[in-house]
Amino acid sequence: MIAIVDYGVGNLASVRKAFAAVGARAELVRDPAGLRDASAIVLPGVGNFGHCSREFHRFGFAAPVRDARGRGVPILGICVGMQLLFDGSEEDAGEPGLGFYRGSVVKLTGVPRVPQIGWNAVRTIGDHPWLRDVADGDHFYFVHSYAAVPAESVTLGTVDYGGERVAIVGSDRMLGVQFHPEKSGANGLRLLRSFATADAGVVASAGNRC
Amino acid sequence: MEGRVVKGVQFKDLRDAGDPVELATRYDREGGDELVFLDITATAERRRTVVDLAAHIADVLFIPFTVGGGIGSVDLAGEILRAGADKVAVNSAAVRNPGLISEIAGRYGSQATVLSIDARRAGDHWEVVVDGGRTAAGRDAVDWARDSVARGAGEILLNSIDRDGTRLGFDLALTAAVADAVTVPVIASGGASSADDYVDLFRRTNADAGLAASIFHYGELTVGGVKDVLARSGIPVRPPERAFA
Repeated sequence: MIAIVDYGVGNLASVRKAFAAVGARAELVRDPAGLRDASAIVLPGVGNFGHCSREFHRFGFAAPVRDARGRGVPILGICVGMQLLFDGSEEDAGEPGLGFYRGSVVKLTGVPRVPQIGWNAVRTIGDHPWLRDVADGDHFYFVHSYAAVPAESVTLGTVDYGGERVAIVGSDRMLGVQFHPEKSGANGLRLLRSFATADAGVVASAGNRC
Repeated sequence: MEGRVVKGVQFKDLRDAGDPVELATRYDREGGDELVFLDITATAERRRTVVDLAAHIADVLFIPFTVGGGIGSVDLAGEILRAGADKVAVNSAAVRNPGLISEIAGRYGSQATVLSIDARRAGDHWEVVVDGGRTAAGRDAVDWARDSVARGAGEILLNSIDRDGTRLGFDLALTAAVADAVTVPVIASGGASSADDYVDLFRRTNADAGLAASIFHYGELTVGGVKDVLARSGIPVRPPERAFA
């Protein structure tokens, strides 16, 4: 079962339904103990980094997610959930992220409209098994005012929004995407399917509805 | 015509245009970037309908969508968002109670808070109208757009009552005035009848998107066809995606 970490923020129904559409069973998990049996973990998040980080820690998710990471459980961070993979954000300097990746998250500047809300092309600059169906230039749907600035080489994809911004980071059995795959049509569904099949056991035989 | 998609002219003479969920999947296939559902008959008793509609749409649609129409409380906004909508659009209720914008944005974020403005020309400016275009609200549309953004609106859905259903093209002057006054995306609506209307919109204003209903509902144009013309005119669009298989 894919666990969607439910710490009270974001449009989680859409994430669950998108996994259902690719034939994967994903459940919202509110109890940190529920992550013990997860075959894969999705870290969602939307809005303010500080709020997300506070709630994430207050619900007690930090320790079980670190533990799962240690066991090699596949992890996908979406939007602020991707930003949580880093040390922290200038949006709320007092709130730490998970620190899986060294680096910070900084405000988008030098662009006429912030947040970036809309579709944009992603340039892929690295390989990852869960990006196998993503083609260079595929469009994804973004909603964000901040972007990650990694301090190590984990960037796998970028987006041009008033300059090159980080759109995808990843490493062995972990991926973070700044965009919303659950709202990115067929391109997003393909990415979620690749993640869901990271462990063959998590895909139900129900097949695709699309 | 309950539960159906309808389209009128300046909110009158409504014609049936089909089932919302079926239309949603069709526009998704055709390459629509976002969908907007406005419940024109929403009342307090029927709020359930709007929430159910959002849930049904979210079952089949994996692109962003906005739900509006009769949203007068932060609680109803929350129900719609939890059902799977990405954004809620507020209109008349926000004019009467501008605090509603900050309440929704404060709880669910500006990215989920759309201010829908119905505007019509009044002498040398545009005035806001409410209640489906019937009542002048006594506010200047550009000022209201600016004010709403200060209160947390993350997007403006700007409908020209003068152009709605007239097929005369987008109201470029109104759209330019609002799009230049705010820092959030502006979606122009009302009057589109051809792909060239879209080209004009993006060449001559800073609008971020153009919304149309009748021309797509009745099959006169397809979303893909409009995007082809835009792309050929050098305006960046999301290209057709490879089908999910």
